[in-house]
Order: sequence, then structure tokens, then C-alpha cells
Amino acid sequence: MKPTNISNPEYFHKVVDCQHACPAHTPVPEYIRLIAAERYTDAYMVNWESNVFPGVLGRTCDRPCEPACRRGRVEEEPVAICRLKRVAADNKDDISTLLPAAGACNGKKLALIGAGPASLTVARDLSPLGYEIHVYDENAKGGGFMRSQIPSFRLPEQVLDEEVGYITDNKAVTTFYNTRVDSLKALLDKDYDAVFVGSGAPKGRDLPDLPGRKEGDDSIHIGIDWLASVAFEHRASVGKKVIVLGGGNTAMDCCRTARRIGGADVKVIVRSPFADMKASPWEKDDAVAEDIPIIDNHTPLEFVVEEGKLVGMRFDKVRAEYDKKGRRKLVSTGEEPAFYPCDEVLVAIGQENAFPWIESETDIEFDNWGLPELNKNTFQSTNSKVFFGGDAAFGPENIITAVAQAHQAAISIDLFCQGEDLSVRPAPNTNLVSQKMGIHEWSYSNVVGDDLRFKVPHADKSAALGDRLLEVELGFSTETGFDEAQRCLNCDVQTVFSEALCIECDACTDICPTDCINFINNDEEEVLRSQLRMPAKNLEQDLYVSSDLPTGRVMVKDEDVCLHCGLCAERCPTSAWDMQQFLYQVTKASQI
Amino acid sequence: MSYIRPSFRHPNAQANAKGYTREDYEGALSTLCAGCGHDSVSSAIIQSTFELSIEPHRVAKISGIGCSSKTPTYFLGKSHGFNSVHGRMPSVATGASMANRDLLYVGVSGDGDSASIGLGQFGHIARRNLNMSYIVENNGCYGLTKGQDSATTDIGSKSKKGEPNPYEPIDLCALALQLGATFVARSFSGDKDQLVPLIKAAMSHNGFAFIDVISPCVTFNNTAASSKGYEFVRDHMQATGKIDFVPVRSEITANYPAGFSEEITLHDGSVIHLYKDDKLDCTDRNSAMNAIAEFKDKGQVLTGLLYVDPDSSDFHKTQQTVSQPLCSLNENDLCPGARALGAINASLR
Repeated sequence: MKPTNISNPEYFHKVVDCQHACPAHTPVPEYIRLIAAERYTDAYMVNWESNVFPGVLGRTCDRPCEPACRRGRVEEEPVAICRLKRVAADNKDDISTLLPAAGACNGKKLALIGAGPASLTVARDLSPLGYEIHVYDENAKGGGFMRSQIPSFRLPEQVLDEEVGYITDNKAVTTFYNTRVDSLKALLDKDYDAVFVGSGAPKGRDLPDLPGRKEGDDSIHIGIDWLASVAFEHRASVGKKVIVLGGGNTAMDCCRTARRIGGADVKVIVRSPFADMKASPWEKDDAVAEDIPIIDNHTPLEFVVEEGKLVGMRFDKVRAEYDKKGRRKLVSTGEEPAFYPCDEVLVAIGQENAFPWIESETDIEFDNWGLPELNKNTFQSTNSKVFFGGDAAFGPENIITAVAQAHQAAISIDLFCQGEDLSVRPAPNTNLVSQKMGIHEWSYSNVVGDDLRFKVPHADKSAALGDRLLEVELGFSTETGFDEAQRCLNCDVQTVFSEALCIECDACTDICPTDCINFINNDEEEVLRSQLRMPAKNLEQDLYVSSDLPTGRVMVKDEDVCLHCGLCAERCPTSAWDMQQFLYQVTKASQI
Repeated sequence: MSYIRPSFRHPNAQANAKGYTREDYEGALSTLCAGCGHDSVSSAIIQSTFELSIEPHRVAKISGIGCSSKTPTYFLGKSHGFNSVHGRMPSVATGASMANRDLLYVGVSGDGDSASIGLGQFGHIARRNLNMSYIVENNGCYGLTKGQDSATTDIGSKSKKGEPNPYEPIDLCALALQLGATFVARSFSGDKDQLVPLIKAAMSHNGFAFIDVISPCVTFNNTAASSKGYEFVRDHMQATGKIDFVPVRSEITANYPAGFSEEITLHDGSVIHLYKDDKLDCTDRNSAMNAIAEFKDKGQVLTGLLYVDPDSSDFHKTQQTVSQPLCSLNENDLCPGARALGAINASLR
């Protein structure tokens, strides 16, 4: 293998699994250390710079970081990264003085459609640069689907109001709430220099052809619309017996909301096996904990309507079969259809994009799935003035993905308005600093604690079920937050190897608790992986290979389960190993 | 802040035939200087005992005084141990072996402990052929007392102080051969591919198995002009041949290259495979002594297995001791009483 080029920031970036997995590449270990140091405001601002909605995400993020967390590969569970983010948000001081002010007017005007996470991120990134920013949204308040679809018992309204306010209170930003954009053409005819579409994926899927759908219409609701009507208090109750169709997070929000506004017997009925459900495991757990059975392997056959009133649903029992490529097919078991009585049905089986308000003469082209044709890096549409981001761009994802896309769209919009080449993307901001303080002392806490993942306390169940607005998860106390923060392995503190200093004494190999370090003869990657002290079977993790050493061998480190404990560097007599903190920040349109 | 080793190990770590993982053979975290060769020897002992599936509680590790003799704290933390008086490890090992012949004895010593203060004891344990592995961690200096030249420092070798050593060194391998040791090897702490099979063979040998391990002192004797530094040893090391150790009852799966020339079966049925040139006969004492002298004249360090007597009979056999360990005999067996004594006395009259 060729020597690893550690001057390429992407190498060490990939070692920081959590940050690498995060769509916005939030520097996770950096803010976790700040939490451990009780510097909650600083920890919050590291988050805010990167993901814009730390308080919201600390409660609702899909957490792609956690399955990636290295801790999950050396013991049972990853660090509770998401809940630590909330600790920072819950305990921060007033940050109003830390927020960027509007830049001096640069004469350019932008329209952002939708006031969800994507548009608000664009507004945040571009407001310090002097743009005049107009945000349009059909609802009375900003937040988009964070407000309409995420129930208050998971995300209290004041948390959302606060973080939306940090952006919309900026003098550069003017909001036009209760203003639905019905024509992009009309908007383009105004004197905007660029338009950003962050209108989400607002159309919930239905089952229009299922027998009884029309007849039972009064008692059958589309999940996201129903959640919005509860959130905006257009609806305060639901029937006693409720069936929720679907297996995603929206289905979990629907069933738990139903439990709080009158649903005594609420069931989730889903086509797929339980394990295949799209909902996050913890959301499923929370639903089950609120006495909501999840009945899997049931495909809806018909809505049963008697005398004009919905009385239940009939389902075909199925089992999942997988072909060689792992594709799933649901096959009927041939049993009698199952009947479940109900008063109301909530259909939460997915969302789609819908752009009835984008006219063909705007020159925006759409693909076969109804999604806009976009440049994947710049988020520019076929109309060079119009940019997309969030669910509106590539279909339904999540908040953190919307934020990440919007950061890039904001860069593109700025480049476009300044007449520069959109394809030249700014390099990430990186830094690599030794942590050595003494022979056995580092400026990070290198002791690897043995604690298992701490559990987040929940509100009393009967109280929570009686109040739609009462937040269920109570968050970590600062003490538990500290303890959980100590579980972080500090994967951003990199093991940096200097060939010229190495005397090949094997001290690092001998001390490494997880047998990551090897001195062996170089070979092809596949051969090297098989010949290490512990064969490197996790192909997603890189091998760190040195150039040739005096004995003709090379140092090969398997990054997979390195604990970043620094013992290799402590036992190295020549400091050929050093622990160096690597900071990787995605460059934004403006520096926060 | 350290001196704390994380408790996590590699998730794919396998257990050996006795159900122990390598972690079960570890000891406390070393307090020796970073980069000390002795830590590599400790690691090789851990690896060897793990691979041999020796139950940790069936091992006794015995040492004298010095940096080397501290190391038993850093391996086999679940085994028996005795950190004895300076240079007196052989006496303690002999006593322990006499009392309980069923344990595996590992003696760890240094050049000061064995070639200076303990030279007399070393000579006698070698000629008695006590059943043990005797590992000298030889760094050619008194590291624990700030690096003075030791009895194994080569003539002209310079430690950190910079003065060339004027005295003739003691070659412990040559001495052991001369005094009748039945297994003699030399190795280098920086070459585990060689050291681990040698330790495994030594532990399987029936009798006194001596390994002189050149183990650089990074703090006082790792200079360019020292003959016991990492650089010098790597540049001047010549091996008698590549060694593979195949424990008893193991399937031989290695694919032997053309140079394969000898296999030596030990008393327990395990096999040492040697890939070497034809000049050295590892079962011939004189051949080994000549080879050591020849390489010394060339300014080179001969490593690897130098001599083994696979048919060696150990001290217990020579002494005709009972096969049951003395420590497990009861009072009646150990003290047959006045009548038996009278009979013995009568037979001598």
C-alpha cells in the first residue's frame, strides 16, 4: 500500500466517525469536551455554527452519528451524542451577543420559500453578508415541518421559537408569514437576485384506491396534515379507537399524539416486519412504552364502512421474503384477513414532493419522480437563479440533511450573486494541534471510562399522556451529561505517526489495548488486512500506513477500534507517535 | 493522565484452547522507561503463554533485582510470583521447583542479576538442569542505577556516558553451553517473530532452557556506539535460522519453504521447525559454541536457537524425586516415622 496521505483532511475527517456520518459534519467530540468542561455556551455555539438548531436537534435528530460512533464497536452502545447536544442547549447562557449581526447592505435581494430548516439555514448563512432576505411561509410562525409535524411532547414550542428567532430577528431577514407562494413565476417577476426553494415535501401519501377510502373519508386523515392540524390547534380530539398506518417516525408521532388527545386504543399497523420499519428504534420504543401495540406484517385490504361510518379495517397477513440481493417481497400467508375495529385512521405511509406552484415557463425541469433537476453540489436548478435545498431538493430526509444542503446552497447563492464560478467550492477549515502537555499528560481526557450509556429520564407516563404539550424526555442533568461525555473516545484526537523518529522498539504495539498497531512488511491492502495482529475486517475503516522504516517494514494502524487513549504516544520513547487534535469545519458562506 | 490502561480490548479477540483471552495473561501497566526492550519481552511472554494455552495459575514467575526483574509485575498478573534477592532467583526457583514440580517456572533476570552478582547461582542452576525457562533481559548496562557498564557490555561499546568499556564481556550463552544447559538461545527484544517461538520452545523444553534476549536500554544504552542499542543489533544480527514452534497435538499447517532443513521433537511431542543453513547443528553443543565464537569474531551477533538436547533429563529425574509434587504429599508420606528411620539407620550400620 502507498503511505497514507495525512495531509489530505479527508483522511483524519473519516477517522472521526460521528462527525463524518453527520450530514452537516458537526465537530461532535469538540463540543462533547466543552460540555464536560461545563462550557455549555461554547458547546452550543460549536453546534449552532454547524447545525443551526442545536436545541431542536438535541431532541429530534435522526442521529446518523450514533450508529457510526466508534464506542458502539468496542462496547454495546454508542455515546448518547444527541442527548448531549441537548445538555448544551438546555444549560447555555444568553447567546444573543454572540449572534452575527446583519452585514452592510450589498444591494442584493433574496427570496426564500418556506420557513423550515433549509430556508432558515440559508437566511442564517447569508444575513451577515449584506443580503436583504425575504422569507415566505404559509403558516403563522416559522419552523416549517419542525413546527407542524413534530409534536410538542417531543419538541416544546419555546425551544423552536427561540432558535427560529435567532435567525429571523436578524435585521437582514424579513418574514412574510401567512403568505403562501402560489406562483414562482410571479415571485421571479419581482426584483429578486436569487430564489431559494425550501418548501419541504408537503404532500402525505394516501391510499386512494383502497376500498372504502371515499366512503370513510371523514374518519381517515393524512398523517402529516393531521399532525399539523393538532399543532395549530384546529383539532383537539380523536376517536377512542385509532389505527395508524405506516412504520416511519411520522407514524410514531401520530400514534403518540392520538394517545394524548383521546385515543384510548391506538394501534400502529405496518406492512413490513417490525425490524424493517423506518422509524428510529428509540421512537418505536417510546411508542410501545405508551401502550401502543405495533402490529407488523399486515397489508391494508380495505376500510370497512357500515352505514356511512368507518368501523374498522381489514388486513392481509403477509410475511417478508428476501431475494439474493436483499430485496424484500411481502407475500400473503393465505390466512383469513384480519379485522381491526376503529373510529379513525391516520395514514402515515410516506411523503412526496409537490410543486404545483412552479410553472413550466420558469424553466425549472423536473425528473420522472417529480423532483427538480439539480446540480448535486451546488443545488442550482435549471433556472440559474433558483436553488433548492432540504426535502424540496431530493425528497424527504431529515432536519440535519436539510441544514447541510442549505449550507451548500447558501454558498452557491452567494457565489452566484457575486458573479463567481459555482463549481469552485471552498475547502474545509482544518487544524491539527498536538495535545502533549507532559510525559503522561494530555490536554484532553484520555482515560477511557467504562460506564455504559446513561438513560434519559422520562416524565411520569400518566402526566405525559394527559398533556400534549408536556415534554416526555427530561434530558440529562448536568451531572449525567458530564458522565456521558466521559464515554466519548475523543476520536478527533488523532494518532499522528512520524516515520523519521521511529526506532521500531514495538512499545506502541505492545501497549495498544486493542491491537491496532503493527510493524509488518508492506503488501496489497487485502493481504495487509489479513496479516495484522488483529485482522482488519471492517472494510469501512481505513488502514493508516507509513512509508518504509529502516528495517524495510511499514507501520500499519487499523483505525477501526482505536480508543484514542494515547498510550502509544506515551510509551513511544522518541515521540514518533503524537496525539493531535484535528478540527474539521465545513466552510459556510459566512464565518460565524 | 495515564498509567491507566483502558479495559476495552479488540472485540474480535479470541480465546485459546483453555478459554483464556490474551488479556488474561496481562499484568499491570509497565512503569519502565517508554521504549524499554523489557516491555517487548513481557509482551512476548504474554503472547507465548496465551498461544500455548497455559493456564495462568499453573505458572510461577521468579525474578531477582533490577529493571528486568521488575517486569514480572507487567505480565501474567494471575500467576504465582516471587521477586527475590539480587542474583538469587536460581535458588528460589530451585526451592519452588523442588516443592511443586507441576508448575511451569519462568525466571526473569538481567545482565547484572545473572552475570554479575548472580553469576555463581547462574552457573549452578545451568549445570543442575532445573526444569525452567530462564530469560535474561540483557541491555549491557545497569539501567536501574543510571547506566554503568555491566559484565556483558562488549569491549569498546559506549553507553550514554561516552566512555568505551575496557573489559572483556561475559557471553551468557557460551557460559550456559559450557556448563551443561540443555536449551540455549539468543534473541532480540525487537524481533518477536523470533522471540515468541523461542520462548514457546523453551517453555516446552524438559530442563534448563536459557534465552539471552538483547533488550536495549533506551535511556542509558541506546547510542550509536553501543553494541546493545536497537540500531546496532538490527544491523549486526544474524539468525541461526527461522524458527517455528508447533505445540503438541497441533496440526502442522505451515507451508515449508525449500530451505526447511530440520525438525526437533521435544519430550512432550511438540516440534521445533528450523529453516537454517547446514553448518550449524543445533543438537551439537560444540557446533553451537563454535558458531558463537565465529560470529563474535566477525563482529556479528548470532541469534536464534543455538542448542537443544531434546532428550534432556531434568533435575527431578537426576534426583529421583517422587512424581507427585512434595507440596501435595501429606504428613505421613513426608515423615514416615521413627520405625522407618530406624530401618534406614540399621541398613547403614
